[in-house]
Amino acid sequence: MIVELGHFALILATCVAFIQGTLPLAGTLRDNVRWQNAARPAALLQFTLIALAYGILTYAAVTNDFSVRYIAAQSNLLLPLPYKVASVWGGHEGSLLLWVLMLSGWTLAVALFSERLPLAMVARVISVLGLIAVGFLLFILFTSSPFERLLPAPADGRDLNPLLQDPGLVIHPPMLYMGYVGFSVAFAFAVAALLSGRMDAAWARWSRPWTVVAWVFMTTGIALGSWWAYYELGWGGWWFWDPVENASLMPWLFGTALIHALMVTDKRGGFKAWSVLLAIGAFSLCLLGTFLVRSGVLTSVHAFANDPERGIFILILLALVVGISLMLFAWRAPKATLGGDIGLVSRESLLLTNSVLLVVATAAVLLGTIYPLIIDALNLGKLSVGAPYFNAVFVPLMVPVIFLMVPGGIAHWRENRLRALANDMRVPAIAAIATGAAVWLFTDRGTWLSGMGSALAAWVVVGLCVQIITRLQKPGRIAPSFWGMHLAHLGIAVIVIGITFVKGYEEERDVRMSIGDTVSLSNYRFQLTDVAIADGPNYKALRASVEVSKDGRVIEVLEPEKRKYFSSAMPMTEAAIDYGWFRDLYVALGDPIQGGAPQWSMRVYYKPFVSWLWGGAVLMVLGGLFSISDRRYRKGSAPQIA
Amino acid sequence: MMKPRHQRLLWITAGIFMLAAAGVFILNAFQSNLVFFFSPSQVYQGEAPKGQTFRVGGMVKAGSLKKDGENVAFIVTDFAHEVPVTYTGILPDLFKEGKGVVAQGQLSKTGGFAASEVLAKHDENYMPPEAQHALDQAAAAKSGQVNGATPIAQRAPE
Repeated sequence: MIVELGHFALILATCVAFIQGTLPLAGTLRDNVRWQNAARPAALLQFTLIALAYGILTYAAVTNDFSVRYIAAQSNLLLPLPYKVASVWGGHEGSLLLWVLMLSGWTLAVALFSERLPLAMVARVISVLGLIAVGFLLFILFTSSPFERLLPAPADGRDLNPLLQDPGLVIHPPMLYMGYVGFSVAFAFAVAALLSGRMDAAWARWSRPWTVVAWVFMTTGIALGSWWAYYELGWGGWWFWDPVENASLMPWLFGTALIHALMVTDKRGGFKAWSVLLAIGAFSLCLLGTFLVRSGVLTSVHAFANDPERGIFILILLALVVGISLMLFAWRAPKATLGGDIGLVSRESLLLTNSVLLVVATAAVLLGTIYPLIIDALNLGKLSVGAPYFNAVFVPLMVPVIFLMVPGGIAHWRENRLRALANDMRVPAIAAIATGAAVWLFTDRGTWLSGMGSALAAWVVVGLCVQIITRLQKPGRIAPSFWGMHLAHLGIAVIVIGITFVKGYEEERDVRMSIGDTVSLSNYRFQLTDVAIADGPNYKALRASVEVSKDGRVIEVLEPEKRKYFSSAMPMTEAAIDYGWFRDLYVALGDPIQGGAPQWSMRVYYKPFVSWLWGGAVLMVLGGLFSISDRRYRKGSAPQIA
Repeated sequence: MMKPRHQRLLWITAGIFMLAAAGVFILNAFQSNLVFFFSPSQVYQGEAPKGQTFRVGGMVKAGSLKKDGENVAFIVTDFAHEVPVTYTGILPDLFKEGKGVVAQGQLSKTGGFAASEVLAKHDENYMPPEAQHALDQAAAAKSGQVNGATPIAQRAPE
């Protein structure tokens, strides 16, 4: 009974979303303040109803109500409680419900934190978000309702995919979804600006903090996904250019470009049309990502549901969003006033160059991601685009982007003399060349690539030190956003170091070991001491003990497992990792090898600086959080009403 | 000395030139990294390129898996034709006889397929679309020949 209530709440939410999407918007067209005032309560009501529906589904999961088809497919009596709660977003239907829950949550946040905005703007933004919600709610109700019954109810459920039974993965999808959905706010602001017909700098200032928050969530989600792949998939890789990874990377790249373009629009009034276009693009890529993940067109970890009908629905939604917003753009953008003059060498031009490069990189990733799908859809054969393509294209495009971060930060707005700029960059340039040459020439296995990577990192770090010192010499309070920016840029440098060293200096060995055997990697010695059976709550495992020693002293006993979950025949490799600041030691247990003495295939890795990849992401997230704590975005500095 | 207007034009031209160069470079890298998929029947008919990396997919033939340490050999079949595959390394968790598989590699001189990568599936019930496609194709080709007596490809349970 209570489950039907959830379904009913979802239907009501759709009706409310429809009103929220139309009435306030109509109010702005007819100057009806009462209609416009309906936006905020509608947002609150919609959020309440969707939260109710979501709560009911969670309740069904926790109470093992296997008469609900979705719960029966995703959960299991033996599943530990936290994973039961997480199983709500473990599958297609539930994760879409999470999508709309977050969308209504973001909408509510806009409704609550928009006191300073003119009512018409709020009405437009909330209306646009309401229309998006209508699309997704209809999608859920018509093609993927999580409240469908399964009668007679099975005695036990099929269980959550064992790969997803992991703390890191419990929070990865919500984080990524918060990012995906968060860009809808930036999109709604851009569309609202287009609708108002007055494209000025004000909307950019309003949407900046929202964009940064969405970007922060997305960064977190991508980093968590990469970390999860590293320790859970048992291959020790951290980025596979899997289409679903690309689906999250593309809006992130656009979002990064958008954050910087919005800064120019806010501060200098330039790039208005470009910012709007980036906002539309970022959200469209989020929808494309949802389509790629949820339509089942992909061969991937994430492609659980295969249902062409669902794919077509999202594709139509995507076409509507892109089509309508671009039409609006074509109609209104020519009215956008140009900002002040931009010199050829200026902070604006450097930021523009970088955002164009980010867009080109996105286009390259997009090409590699969807080309196989298009060819397949046209029945022209089956093919795939391998990781070498993405590496070959992405790295050369990112090198200039990272290079330009330093002059972009140092250069003045409007115009900077090239000679003066070059003069300011002397110190970082010397540091970069010295570091790069040292790494290339004086490390074992050093290559020009590892030299270039370290040179870039040194360039960025010394570059931002120069900027900070210059700033400290000037009077005046330093805004948190200044530190936020440098923290995020430092994060980039840290990630560059991580990638450079793990790519250039990692050691991987696939070996065959029996008890007592040893293998040496770098300065470490690994000895297999035992393989025993271990019991988990809902699985049985084969657990190996590997003693790791350095200079004759045992520093760690690693216990990789090969798990077998009761609910499925699916074995799972659980790698054991010794984390360190400068290196990770990674051991995975493979299959037993038939023959005389018992032997196991083992995978032993030495991964230098790999944790810096995620450390850099943490710095970027902190940087984002710092910059939104800026007072500009809060009370007391209300921008002029547009 | 150049006028500012000329200088600006020069910069813009340089920018466009750089973008075009990036485009050429991207498409070039793209072209050389496309990996095509062939079914065991297509490989048998000699359609697969020699000396070039491609993918082959289908079912792992029951009883065909042989392991000698890290050296693995198995047969990929679409129930019409078979391709012997060799691979060195640890197989993915979900690799099993009688289940779908996709392998990437090159034809070896002995006529077999030397895989450099055996692609992991992530769910026991999940069938790689390429492998399913190969089975469907072979089944269709067979039913054309033997009128009706089609061995139904073992479709993975949904």
